[in-house]
Order: sequence, then structure tokens, then C-alpha cells
Amino acid sequence: MRLARSHVLVSIDIESVASGAWEVLKRLKEEISRRGLLEEIKVLETGTLGVTGLGVVLAVYPERIYYGKVKPEDCPRIVEEHFLKGRPVQDLIIKEEVVRAVRRDLIGPMREQKRVVLENSGIIDPEKIEEYLARDGYTALEKALSLTPDEVIAEVKKSGLRGRGGAGFPTGIKWEGARKASAMEKFIICNADEGEPGTFKDRLILEGDPHKLIEGLIIAGYAVGARKGYIYIRGEYALSLHRMHKAIEDARKYGLLGEDILGSGFSFNLEIKEGAGAYVCGEETALMESLEGKRGNPRIKPPYPTVVGLFGSPTVINNVETLANIPAIIRKGADWFRTMGTESCPGTKVYTILGDVNFPGLIEVEMGTTLYEIIFGYGGGIKGGKKFKAALVGGAAGVFLPESLLNVRMDFDNLKQYKAVLGSGAILVMSQEASIPKMLHSVLYFFRHESCGQCSPCRSGTRELYRISGHLLERKGKAEDLNTMVKLSEALWYSSLCPLGQSLIMPVKSALENFREEFLPLVQ
Amino acid sequence: MEKVKVLRKYPPKRDNILLILHELQRLNPNNYLTEDDLRLVSQYLSLPISEVVGVATFYSLFSLKPRGKYLLRVCKSPACHLEGAVSLLQEIKNYLGIEEGDTTDDGMFTLETSECLGHCAEAPAMMVNDEVFTKLSEESVREIIDRLRRS
Ligand SMILES: Cc1cc2nc3c(=O)[nH]c(=O)nc-3n(C[C@H](O)[C@H](O)[C@H](O)COP(=O)(O)O)c2cc1C
Ligand code: SF4
Ligand code: FES
Repeated sequence: MRLARSHVLVSIDIESVASGAWEVLKRLKEEISRRGLLEEIKVLETGTLGVTGLGVVLAVYPERIYYGKVKPEDCPRIVEEHFLKGRPVQDLIIKEEVVRAVRRDLIGPMREQKRVVLENSGIIDPEKIEEYLARDGYTALEKALSLTPDEVIAEVKKSGLRGRGGAGFPTGIKWEGARKASAMEKFIICNADEGEPGTFKDRLILEGDPHKLIEGLIIAGYAVGARKGYIYIRGEYALSLHRMHKAIEDARKYGLLGEDILGSGFSFNLEIKEGAGAYVCGEETALMESLEGKRGNPRIKPPYPTVVGLFGSPTVINNVETLANIPAIIRKGADWFRTMGTESCPGTKVYTILGDVNFPGLIEVEMGTTLYEIIFGYGGGIKGGKKFKAALVGGAAGVFLPESLLNVRMDFDNLKQYKAVLGSGAILVMSQEASIPKMLHSVLYFFRHESCGQCSPCRSGTRELYRISGHLLERKGKAEDLNTMVKLSEALWYSSLCPLGQSLIMPVKSALENFREEFLPLVQ
Repeated sequence: MEKVKVLRKYPPKRDNILLILHELQRLNPNNYLTEDDLRLVSQYLSLPISEVVGVATFYSLFSLKPRGKYLLRVCKSPACHLEGAVSLLQEIKNYLGIEEGDTTDDGMFTLETSECLGHCAEAPAMMVNDEVFTKLSEESVREIIDRLRRS
């Protein structure tokens, strides 16, 4: 079982209906079913596709092929040739110019994205290094090695790239910190522990374009002065582990990893470590403990990893998406990067859109895109024509946002104004039918389960919050329980040792404040 | 002996402990780490046995008690929750006649829950050993279980 291989959108508007759109739709579905392709090819009705004068229009994604003047009797041919044999039916295809003119206004997977880190995902064969090389792969590395490490850092600083792992810390400044630390040995770590519920963007980079990550890591190593890097991948990601192992092996064969890379005198090696099922290990210091072979309990900060990190040495730890931005920044320059996104948060962001939307999935768009556009443009709006209720933005450690905040422009700083976070970029959409108290309960279950138990406020606080919320759902709650929950999460914010315990305040407060009317009946 | 071969693949340094534990667990037909495994690791890495046990028990992918041939891990995180993970879990419990954390009498299946598996756009999801199954329904999990039973 897998995501549908292709989506076919059938335009349903006055013009197309008059030309027989319903008949085409019916016939298309029959043919797809007859060929046993129901699991793989999904047929969707949509409003107008924006093309006029061409009768019934079909759009096939991800191929981005448009068919026009389609008649029911064309359907067997389209299914047989295109979906079964992979040969689009040339005489029905609409000209590219016509299509390009309308694409921006489209919804769902057809809508125009800005792909930087995902530019190759789904397009190249990730197990063939040659395909990456053919698309300018490793030319950024070549360029970086011709610059001094300080020049590389200056470019990354100038680009304004900020960490995509959740906190949004400026990447260039982090690198500079580690570069300036004096030590015999330094390390680069790629945080690929991706455990934030609702997030799988890093998985698609690991699986879809592993060499981009490797290239970013080597450049980081060169800039910081590290000769060794680690990729810490969560144990559940079997395919990611497989692809990264293969990619490292191939890069080594091409002399892109190892001693004296491309004759530059710079040597760098990469090793993969496999996590074993602990969300807290995504926290950078816990990850280092785990990587050293210990229990994944977070360390007390400061000292920060750039000063005392892995095995006590200065260490840069970056998220997968952060590092995947590096090759393009070096290749095309900081000024190019700054043409995308907002002033304080340049570039793109990868989001996962989930829950009650028509097109759940992964998109990459410019920083600053509104939540409305993400949910209704790219996500195609709420399933079954229902009403929007809430979006949990940023994963479990995120915020329940109400309808009134749909027009917020999404970037690290702007969301802060609304006491929200961009976090991992997960957007879980809930329709009018979802119950916020139940969703909050599920979030609290997650925290109770994942608290590492090292410090007592978080250990007992997460348990207590889960218990109270369970009571509420069983209608055994008391009026003061709602305030107790807020107070408890505030106490965790002040006194927990690491951000896991501290961040519980986000979902708890936002649920209770923005959706109070759903909790009140539970305590009456 | 196969276990010794696994150990030899890695230099005897502590930071290899998770990789070694993963491999030893995979070798075991019952999907768990035996006392013998833990002792071997402790000797090989020159660590007190208590340290090895401490590490093994911290991580949810390791088990110190025998599990079934097929390990079902059903995701209970919010996106799957929204798509009906709770009733799905109940259906599996009924169908296998076991509770969460238990193994069927024939030693075929162990039922566990898990946090987000990173397949949330195709929720609800579960893993069976290393394989991910998505867009599950009550019928499809029954089918999957039947198929595994026959294989
Ligand atoms: C509980 C917890 C879990 C985290 N999980 C991840 C993760 O899975 N991946 C990640 O890149 N960062 C995660 N982070 C953030 C990291 O601590 C760290 O900020 C990040 O890896 C830095 O990389 P960046 O600067 O490129 O964003 C997590 C933080 C916390 C507190
Ligand atoms: S806040 Fe929670 S997760 Fe963080 S160290 Fe304390 S117990 Fe562990
Ligand atoms: S929430 Fe279940 S796979 Fe992500």
C-alpha cells in the first residue's frame, strides 16, 4: 500500500459539464477499476482547471499533463496508454503555453511550488549518484573548496538561512561559533531523528535526494573545520537508512568523501548512526548522548554544543532540511536565496499538510506563505466540503490555531507574535467534526510517553496533565481542572530541564484559550 | 557463531552500542535481546552489564522479553488518531484476542503502539517489523494479519 502514483483531476464547470464531463468521469473510473489501478490512480473532481474553450479537461499529476477535449470514448486509451504503459496520449495533450498561464491559480498538487530542497525528489533515481551529478550535483562542493572556510561561512551568514529543525537559529552564526572554538577535533552532526508527530519532510529528502544532504554536510565540515560527520537517523526509517548507506558508499567511490577530496587537501568522512525509538533524542544534546552510546537524556545547557558537543568537542548539529539548503546557497549565492521568503526568514519551507484536507502531503513554498494558502490552496480545502475548525501547527509541541489566524504569514518571527511556532512545519488540519479536547488528549499522551523522566517536573507533570485530560473526557472533571492544566504547563515551562517539558505549554494553552467553549461542557 | 560475527563488524567502542543491539535483536527469531546478548555486549565493549541494560531499556525499539514473529506497531500520534487509530487498535486487539504489549499464544504476533511513524499523509499507519502499512481500515488490517498468518 502506498500513496497514489498519480492523481487525475477532472474539471467540473459549466463548460465542461455541457461537453460531457460527468460521462467522462464515470467512464474514466470504470476503466481504471477494470484495469485494477484503483489503488494507484486517484480520480478527483475539481472546479474549473482554468482552461477555457477546450471542453472536458483532465490534469494528471505529478506528470503535470493536461488533456483537453476529452470524450468518454478516449478514456480507455488514456488509461491503457498513459496509466498502464506510461505513454501519455499525445494527440489529446494541451499545449504547454496554455497550461502555464493558468497554473498559479490552481489548487492541490497542481499548484505551483518553489522547490529548492525538494528540486530533485521524485525526479531523479536517488540510488544513482550519476543522476545527481547530472543535475549540478557536487558543483557547490567544488565551488566551496575553492573558497576559504571563512568565505563559505560569510556566504551562509549573508543568506540569512535559519535552522529548519524547529528553533530557527541562524545557521551561519552557529557554524562560525564552532569554527572559532579552538580544539583538536570538531564534528558535524545531521539530525535526522525526525520524530515530531506529523512530520516526514526529512524522510523524503533522505529517501529522495540523499546526495544533496551529503553535499551539504561536506561543505559544513569544510567551513567549520571538522573531519568527521555523523548522520543520526531514526530507527524506524528503514528505507532512509538503506539509501543513505548506499549514497555514502557511492560518494566515496567518486572521491567525494574520504581523504583529499577533489584534490583540495580537505578530508572528511561520514558515519551513519541508527536511533532506537525515543523522541527526546531529537533534542540536540540528548542526540549526542545517544550517539555516544548512552541513554538519551538531555544535557544541561550551557555549555552549548558549538563549544562542548559530541565527545566533548565543538560540534555543529543541523537539521536535514537546513543542510539540504546549503548546496543551492553556495552554487547560486546568498543574493539569490534572499529573493525568496521574508526579510528575516529568507528561503523556502517544507510543510507537511495532514488531516481533514483534500490533498494531504508535502509541499515546499516560500517562507511567509499564509496558512490560508497552504490549507486551501495547496491542501485543497477541507474534505467533504466541511468547515475548518483548527490547525495544529508545528507538531505535538505546536499550537492549535483557530480560523481567525488563517491569514498569518508563516515564518519564525511572525508566528511568535501570535504565541505560535513554525516548529517542524507539520500542519494538522481539523474540520468542524474534530474534537479539540480529544486531540489535546492525544498530544498529552504523546508527551507522557516521550518524557525521558530525567527531571521531576516533566516526569510527573506530563503524567498529571494526561490524567486530568482523561478525566475531562470521561466527564469526571471539575471546574478548576482547566486552570490547573494551564498552571501545570506554566510550571513545566519554568522548571523543566529541556525544551520537551518546556514546550507543553504551547498545545495546552492554545487549546484551552482558543477553543475554551469545547472544554466548558466537560466540566459542568 | 553469528553473534560474534555481528560484534566483530564494529570496533569495540561504546558509540556502536545501538547498532550492535539492533543487529543482535534482528538475529533473534523472537525479536528481542536475550541475557546472553546483553552479557556479550557488556564484555565486548567493556561496560558494566547494568550500563548495557540501562541503554537497552531506554529505547522503545528494544525489548528484553520475547516477542512474536511479527511485531505490529500501530501509530497513535495525533494525525493517525484523527483518522481513527483508536478504533483500528481495538479491531486488531479483538481480531488477535490480545491486549497491547501481548503476544499471541502461537507466537506469531505481538501488538505494540508507537508514536508518529512519518507516514501521516497516509494515516492511519502501522509498522510490521520493518515494513510500513498505510491508509489502514478495519478490513485491511484483518487482511494483512491473515496474509502474515499464512506466510
Ligand atoms: C524534544 C525535541 C525534539 C527534537 N527533534 C528534532 C528532530 O527530530 N529533528 C531536528 O532536526 N531537530 C529536532 N529538535 C531540535 C534540535 O534540538 C536542534 O535545535 C536542531 O537539530 C538544530 O538544527 P537546525 O539549527 O538546523 O534547526 C528537537 C528538539 C526537541 C526539544
Ligand atoms: S524536560 Fe522531560 S524530556 Fe527534558 S530532560 Fe526533563 S524529563 Fe527529560
Ligand atoms: S501520526 Fe501516525 S504516522 Fe505520523
